Order: sequence, then structure tokens, then C-alpha cells
Amino acid sequence: MSNKMHIKMNVNGEEQEFLAEPRELLIHTLRERLDITGPHIGCETSHCGACTVTIDGKSVKSCTMFVAQANGKDVTTIEGLGGPDDLHVLQSAFKEHHGLQCGFCTPGMITRASKLLEENPNPTEEEVRFGMAGNICRCTGYQNIVKSILAAASELQAAKEAAE
Amino acid sequence: MSVAKPLPHDAARLHVTGQARYVDDIPTAAGALHLAFGCSKVAHGTLQSLDLAAVRAAPGVVDVLTAADLPFANDVSPSAHDEPLLATDSVHYVGQPLFCVIATSHLAARRAAGLGTAKIEPLPPIFDVETALAQNSRFEDGPRIYERGQANTALETAPIRLSGQMEIGGQEHFYLESQAALAVPGEDGDVLVHSSTQHPTEIQHKVAEALGVPMHAVRVETRRMGGGFGGKESQGNALAVACAIAAMRTGRPCKMRYDRDDDMVITGKRHDFRITYDVGFDATGVITALDVRHDTRCGWAQDLSLPVADRAMLHADNAYFIPNMRVESHRLKTNMQSATAFRGFGGPQGMLGMERIVDHVAGHLGLDPMAVRERNFYATGAAAPPQSTHYGQEVDDFILPGLIAQLKDSADYDARRAQVDAWNAEHDVLKKGIALTPVKFGISFTLTHLNQAGALVHVYQDGSIHLNHGGTEMGQGLFQKVAQVAADRFGVPMAAVKITATDTAKVPNTSATAASSGSDLNGMAVRIACDKIRNRMAAHLAELHQCNVAQIRFEDGYVITPAQSYTFAEAANLTYVGRVGLSATGFYKTPDIRWDRIKGEGRPFFYFAYGAAISEVVIDTLTGENRILRTDILHDAGASLNPALDKGQVEGGFVQGAGWLTMEELVWDDAGRLRTHAPSTYKIPAASDAPDIFNVALWDGENRADTIYKSKAVGEPPFMLGMSAFFALSHAVSACGPDYPDLQAPATPEEVLASIARAKGV
Ligand code: FES
Ligand code: FES
Repeated sequence: MSNKMHIKMNVNGEEQEFLAEPRELLIHTLRERLDITGPHIGCETSHCGACTVTIDGKSVKSCTMFVAQANGKDVTTIEGLGGPDDLHVLQSAFKEHHGLQCGFCTPGMITRASKLLEENPNPTEEEVRFGMAGNICRCTGYQNIVKSILAAASELQAAKEAAE
Repeated sequence: MSVAKPLPHDAARLHVTGQARYVDDIPTAAGALHLAFGCSKVAHGTLQSLDLAAVRAAPGVVDVLTAADLPFANDVSPSAHDEPLLATDSVHYVGQPLFCVIATSHLAARRAAGLGTAKIEPLPPIFDVETALAQNSRFEDGPRIYERGQANTALETAPIRLSGQMEIGGQEHFYLESQAALAVPGEDGDVLVHSSTQHPTEIQHKVAEALGVPMHAVRVETRRMGGGFGGKESQGNALAVACAIAAMRTGRPCKMRYDRDDDMVITGKRHDFRITYDVGFDATGVITALDVRHDTRCGWAQDLSLPVADRAMLHADNAYFIPNMRVESHRLKTNMQSATAFRGFGGPQGMLGMERIVDHVAGHLGLDPMAVRERNFYATGAAAPPQSTHYGQEVDDFILPGLIAQLKDSADYDARRAQVDAWNAEHDVLKKGIALTPVKFGISFTLTHLNQAGALVHVYQDGSIHLNHGGTEMGQGLFQKVAQVAADRFGVPMAAVKITATDTAKVPNTSATAASSGSDLNGMAVRIACDKIRNRMAAHLAELHQCNVAQIRFEDGYVITPAQSYTFAEAANLTYVGRVGLSATGFYKTPDIRWDRIKGEGRPFFYFAYGAAISEVVIDTLTGENRILRTDILHDAGASLNPALDKGQVEGGFVQGAGWLTMEELVWDDAGRLRTHAPSTYKIPAASDAPDIFNVALWDGENRADTIYKSKAVGEPPFMLGMSAFFALSHAVSACGPDYPDLQAPATPEEVLASIARAKGV
């Protein structure tokens, strides 16, 4: 179809350039064009959070953003946080504290949690629950997700104090 | 020992890095095509014609299929052959697939599907219980009735008699990964299907029928699902069959995933129930007679409704011995989505009905419902002979009294109940409630022949182990629990065991991973396969060393003979060089079960799983809003294969169950359209809705039945712990007025307000 737009964005540290319909949803760009399948599609209507990524330092549900809006931006997905052999603190916390069952919500959860801990490095349990309320999980009942995030927060805090 | 360890989920490392592949993540060859259904907008009618010209002309469309294009069976039903893949001459619900678009992208297919028009001559639809009963619109020729004793005569003579009715809403599964399938055509008419399904064998069977080929031409592979909860037991058939037909027709890989809206509109949900009861009891709350009736709306096709409704009847006693009990169940055919399996499979509805009766009796007598519960429990202890259920199964493993005593103690139930009552006396706008509810859930498929499983295990010459079985992984941790069994049998570290995708070419004729049976059945089959290989290895080494087989141990990665110890890899290699087979199948069937579903008699369950929960809630009497302040759970998983994964099942099950009863509401309009067809209108619990304080523990005790390492099934039973939140709400509402609040489910804020008015008698 007509009206393709020249898009440039940095995804997980790599420059990407391509032509796309401006109204293509960012989640489709990531999954179908760039084969980045960590962000998942749970609803495509901004309610579940499975597609959460970070754009210029903010949590964004990538199903609510057109690719044109991400033009020129820095996008980080779960793949950019850490790989199987170099897990981010949050990633190992979710693994060790059983913060997942089917795993479908997990990439979005962790990506969102990574921003939550930047916004609020020392959250209470209640702040975690409200800070994560935009990401739904049908399996875990959230208990272990909250535990994982709190464990990661204290580990990050401890590392920060040790560095100071 | 690898069993009983709290190891993380087998694919945790892949999940946390986004590397775990679901069906929609599988890379496809260039030229792969995408499918979407065009669906009926009419609830009931005669399909006269389809106008698909605009669909065919839409960008990206390669082909469009209607019922006339289907080469062989047009049927995706798991039971009664009453569910065409694409409608033929009649339509039966809003959302029924009429045609299937094959296009170059998912979006192109969906957009084009919206352009089709159908000429449908409307017929009067049947939506509600009354109309269905009046028109005798039902599955089976009449109601099923299970009875023990003489309920009706005993009711006549009961000191006190009470009747009532409760509506119990359905529930959307909302597995986070919607239904998905991918079919890849092979040579000579073969096809490989990747399906997000709990039942690969059924997918294989339905695809083979649809393609007119033997089952051997179809291979189905399922690595994982992004949640299932019963919703992927039969509801994935349509996608897999459509993809297979399209793949054979076009010669290209074909993929289909439902958009969330489509998923909610097309697929079946939990059955809603109306429970009507007439109960007789004495002044202390001992129930002597009960006549209970279930009316359930099954939707347009039979699907799994008969066994679901049966299981509701089998759980209509929950944990209570009722000497004279009669259950009558009507399975109604309505013009809605075909209701299907959902965690608990009817059990929750049957059980909730019984708990409601107990709550009502207690309310009538002004007693703590807990006192009424305790007075009616099944007998326990060596002194008391086991009592039987209303369907004749002896309850010989009843552990609830001990379990509940421990839970009451750890959660300080008695003191907190008194505190809640005191608090309520001083507060007008906010009211608190607390309730303890028990669960007794029967384990085994009630269709006895499904209680079988197979496994395939290979040991390679380098000592690595390939593990396969018929169970599917949907997040419950089955693969890890079963791998722990395999590692334990060989005495090797977990890393030696490779967990592989469920595959109909490796283990045939499997049952659905359902009825909580995954670990019980597949764990045993794997143990049997591993032991065959282990025994062969031991026999070979015993011969080499001229020792007794019994002297050979498999421990900590070594195989130890009296003379020498080998690494497991060395032992495997020696056995291979000795020309001994290192591959084996395992087969298991559950012993000691029999069931006549027409008479309602037998021993359908191998054993029962138990649990209890205490929830405390607060309601705002002006808005009806409510939240769970604290929940304490003690749940029986037997000798758990993996306590961390089992606790996860308990926590997730509770929240899902509480969601069903407090916030998740399905609404259809007068035209039969589901209005709650997206997460914007259908709310499932978020992190902020879970209890503020949530204490979960596993009961310390072995299964008395001879199950894998004496563990118990844990998938479904904890779901019903969510009842405690519902009855805590009932307690809170009771504090608003003198009358029984007659709370209906789900207890949404609107319903809480309505029940406050009833409690006040206004
Ligand atoms: S897929 Fe984006 S929020 Fe659900
Ligand atoms: S782990 Fe399944 S949705 Fe969260």
C-alpha cells in the first residue's frame, strides 16, 4: 500500500531502518518485521501489558503506538535487558522466585518492572502492586511476581550501596 | 534426589529473556499465509447465502473457504459431531465461524473477514434457562439424577426446611496467549501442526478426519501454551483444522491466531449454573436431607458439557455427608458460545452450591457457618468407618478436620471472627467479613478410559537423556515435575535430562492434559520407562562385574557397582557397546476406578485432594466496592514433587477463583451478543486486586493412594479456595441487616449493593 514512511529507530542498541506504513503498530513491527518476539500480544488494545517495551526511558505498551511515533527513538525490549547467559537482576529474580508460570506475561512484566524500579528504587509491596497494575497475569496470582520485584529491588539497592 | 525440590520452572531462563517460543513465535518460511474467520452476527437462523465478493477482492487475500470447500469432515467437536468448522445451513450463536479467509498477513485476513455479508433468516433464539426448559432444548433426553437415600421423604420429616436459589456466572479463560495454530505441509500429503493445545491427540484426530487421511499422516507438536485452564482442551480444534486444510490447499504454511476479541466471541467459557435447593436440617445445623437441582446453559454444541455437568453433580456434596441426597442436573442447549472445560470442570459450581446451602442454613440458625460445616463433615479417624458420597464412593482419606484445625490456628480464625463482628458493630459504612471454606476435589477423569498415559525415554551413549510424554505444558510446571522424576530414577542431575515438546509421533493416543491429572499420569508413565532402561543398564553391568543387580546403585550422577563406580555417561556407553537397548516406552493406567455415569454409581476417583482457605474482606456499603484484606490457605498436595511450583498453582488458582466469584462478569445482550468481549469490559484480577496479606502453605502429608512419589494433583483443586472470598463477602453483607443476603455470583459491586438491600429487607 501507498504512503510508506522511512523509519529509523534504535532497538536494543541496534540501528534499524526500513519503510513502513506509518499506522503499523509498533508491536507488529517488532515481532513481524524485526523478529523480536519477546514482547507478546495479549490483547492489542492496551489492557494486558504483555507487549510492554521501554521507549526513551518510559514504559510503553507497544500495541498502542504506531511505528511512526517511535521514529527516531530508542526502544528496549526484554531481549535488550539481558540474554539467557547474562541475566539482568530482575530476570534472575523472576526465575529464582518463581515469578512466572506460563511465561506469556513475563517479558512485559520484567520490562515494566525495570522501569518501576528506576522510578522508585525502593518500593513498598503496595507500590509494586499498584505500579504493576497495568500488566495482567492469569496464572500466578501475582504473589511471586511481587516477591521477585521486591527481591530484585533490594539486590539492586545493595549493589548500589556497595558501589558508593 | 531431584524430587521434592523447589526448582524453578523448566523454561524459566527462556521466559525471562523472551526466548521461549509460543506458536506465534515460530519462524515460518517466506510465503506463509494467515487465516481469520468471518463470523455470524445472528444468534440463530437459517443461512441462506454468503456474499464474499468484497472479501475475495480485498488486498492480500489468497483464498476464501466456506463449508462447501471443505474436502472431508466439517466437524471440530470433541464429542458429539455437532460442531461444524464452518456453518452449513444454520447458525447457532453470534460468533459462529461462517467462512475462513486465507491472506498474506494476519491483519489482511482480519480486515477482509469483516467485509463478508451473510443472509440469515432469523429463527427465535434460546438464551435463558426458562425458555430452554419450556422448549425442552437440552442435551441428553432428560435430566441426570444421582440419589442416595430418600431425599424427598426425609425432607418431609426434617425439623427445619429451607429452600433457595443461586445464580452462578460463567467465566472467560483469558489465557494470556490467545488460541493459535500453525500447519506446515509436508510431502505425500503429510502435515505438521503446531498447536497451542492441551490435547494434541485430539487435534491430530480432527485434522486427519478433516483431511481424509489416517492419523499417521498428521503430526502435532505442542511445546507450550501461554495458559490453558481448560480453554485449550477442545477450543483449539477449529484453528488447527482450518490451518491444515488451508495448508493442503495452498501448499504453504498457514497460521491462525485469534485476536483477543475474536477469541472471546468465538470460544466457549465456564458453564454458568442455576442452583435450586430444598434442604432439611435440625436446630444444630446437621443436614439430613437435600434435594438440589442444577440448570446449566451449555451453549449451542455439546462439547464437554456432559462430563462437566456430571462433575458438578459429583461435587454437590463438597465435604459433607448428607444421608439423603438427590441431585438433578439439566444440561440446556442455548444459542451462545459452547461452554467448555475450565479449571475445576463443573466441580466449582457444584461445590459452590453446597457451600451456599451451608451458609444459608447457618444464616437461618444464626450460627457461624464454620460450626455448621464441622457438624456435617464426612467422618474421619480409625474409629469411624468411612462414609460414602451420594454416588457411592467411600471417603476413606478425609483429612479436612486436621487440616482445618491447623489452618484456623495459624490464621487465628476464632479471634479474628470475633474481631470482625466487634469491628462491624462500630462501623456503619464499611463492613468486614471473614469465612473459612473447605475443598474436597475428586481426582481422575470421570470417563474412565482417559486415565492412561504414555512416555518415551531415550538414553544416549553420552549419558544425556531425552524425555517425552503425553502431557502438555501450559505453565503449571508439569514438564519440570516429570523431569525431576526422570532425573531421580537415573540418579543424574537435572541438566542431564532434556525436556522435549509434546509430539504425537513420539507418544500416541494421549489424553488431554486436564482433570489435574498431568503429573499423576505422566509422572508414572515416565517412571516406568526410566526404570525399564535403568534395569537393563543394571543387568548389563551386573553381568560384566558378576554381581547382583540389586547391588547396583544410581546416585549423584554415578552408577555404582561393588567393584567400580562409573559416571552415568560411562555406564550408558558401556551398555550401548554391550548392545543393549537404551530406549523405552512407559505406559500407565490409574488402578481401582470404575464409574457408571448413568446410574451415578461407582468409584470415579482414585483419591481426593483437599484444602481450605480463610479470607477476610471489607465492603463499602455505599458503593458495593470490596477488597480482600487477607487470605490464609493450607492446601494438600500430598508429598509434593515440587513445592514451589505447587504453591504457585495454589496462589494462582485462588486468585483466579476469587476473580470468578467477585469481579469477572459475562454479559450478553438481548440479541445474544457478548458485550464483555474485551479486557476493557471484562475485568480479571490485577496485582492490586490480590489479597493484601496472602499466606499459603502446603499440608504436610503423603497421599494415601499409590501415586507418583505419593504426591497429589494440584492443578484444579486450589481454584475452589476462591470460595472463601465469596462467603466472606456474604458475611460482611450479613452485618448490614437481619435477613439472609442471598448473594449471587459474581459478587460485583452492583450485586453486593443489591444483597445489602436484601439483608436490610428493603
Ligand atoms: S498486547 Fe499490548 S497491552 Fe495487551
Ligand atoms: S505467567 Fe501466565 S500470564 Fe503470567
